[in-house]
Amino acid sequence: MIAPLLQADDDFHSPSLSEWIGLPQILFEGTPFAMNRIILVRIIAIAVMLLLFWLALRKARVVPSRGQSVGEMAMDFVRVQIAEELLGKRLGTKYTPLLASIFFAILAANLTGVIPGLNIAGSSLVAFPLALGIVAYIAFIYAGTKEVGFGRFVTGHLFPAGAPAWIYVILTPVEFINIFIVRPLSLALRLLLNMVVGHLLLVLCFAGTHFLFFSSQIESGWMRWFGVGTLLGGIVITIVELAVAALQAYVFTLLTAAYIQQAVSEEH
Amino acid sequence: MTSIILVAAEEEVNGAELFFPAVYDIVWSLVPFALVLLFFWKWGMPMMTKILDERAAKIEGGIERAEKAQAEADERLNEYQELLTEARTEAASIREQARVDGQEILAELKTKAQDEADRIVKNAHVQIEAERQAALISLKSEVGSLALDLASGVIGETLGEDKRAKSVVDRFLSEMEKSK
Repeated sequence: MIAPLLQADDDFHSPSLSEWIGLPQILFEGTPFAMNRIILVRIIAIAVMLLLFWLALRKARVVPSRGQSVGEMAMDFVRVQIAEELLGKRLGTKYTPLLASIFFAILAANLTGVIPGLNIAGSSLVAFPLALGIVAYIAFIYAGTKEVGFGRFVTGHLFPAGAPAWIYVILTPVEFINIFIVRPLSLALRLLLNMVVGHLLLVLCFAGTHFLFFSSQIESGWMRWFGVGTLLGGIVITIVELAVAALQAYVFTLLTAAYIQQAVSEEH
Repeated sequence: MTSIILVAAEEEVNGAELFFPAVYDIVWSLVPFALVLLFFWKWGMPMMTKILDERAAKIEGGIERAEKAQAEADERLNEYQELLTEARTEAASIREQARVDGQEILAELKTKAQDEADRIVKNAHVQIEAERQAALISLKSEVGSLALDLASGVIGETLGEDKRAKSVVDRFLSEMEKSK
């Protein structure tokens, strides 16, 4: 997004979906392993995240170093605040690796959206959120099958106890669509659109600032002061995006844990 | 007023494409995530579990040791206090015994001293009496012969051999004794 701006002519470039669609393939063009800019960013983000964790925990000791403390704190956030909070001790421990993977993969891919030079969320191409949505989907179906059996899990979800018999005519199809179709999609779309819209807002603010400050189309000097406003807006949105990056990772992971929890609990 | 030219997106894109993943996008979503999952599942989580268990064990061990030491110290303290109390009681009883003994000894000594004093006084009395008797007897005989000598001197003849004279003196002396 920076590159076209620097060589920009005088015109105002409104941000568009061309930030994501029709990007040139940089590596392995034409193969299933082709990489465009966003995928490179995503892989860098994931690699850096894994590297940081490896550095932090590689020499784990009982009395932790600073890096280890931070790594443990991050892991403990997922383990205690999400996994054990929703799933209890036993299942929490079992599903922590999965939930931690989802959380930190999303967090790393999201954060690149506000990192200068990368400037786009690695999670803003649809396959990434979708893949994780499907992972969550498989996870809660697996958990239900494993803990209460597939039959009881499905009937428990499709025929919630306590409703009058006739209401199942409506309830069961709705529940089916909700649980077995909408869940992974809603997880994926929530993440994708948050990242897309966040990026569009940032681009809008900074493109506007650039245009207002430097374009020769702005004739009167006082008009340029609006650029200060858009710059401040861009800074505020950067901070908001930082929070959104963490929040979306948290929400995705929390919902996955909640779906697993619903699947394994017996009273449905 | 400035006329701002808004340039539309450089190329027309089909927005729906945003929601349909390309094959390479799917590949590069699954591969990194698989790596992440492998990393946390096979390495990150076991590492955390190991270190947390070790830490818990260490803390629990430490607490247990501290509790043990505390209990031992309490026991030791109780023991010492018991010993101290015992020692105090014993000291008190010893002091009391000593006081009683001292009093007894003192009383005994007093009695003994009194007895001794009494005995000495008695002996002295006896001795004095004996000496007085002896003195009296010797005086009696001395006074008798002295009187006879005196009387012989007065009458000019010897009365010493005279039985009568002797009996006169004796009678005189015994009268003197009686009148005493």
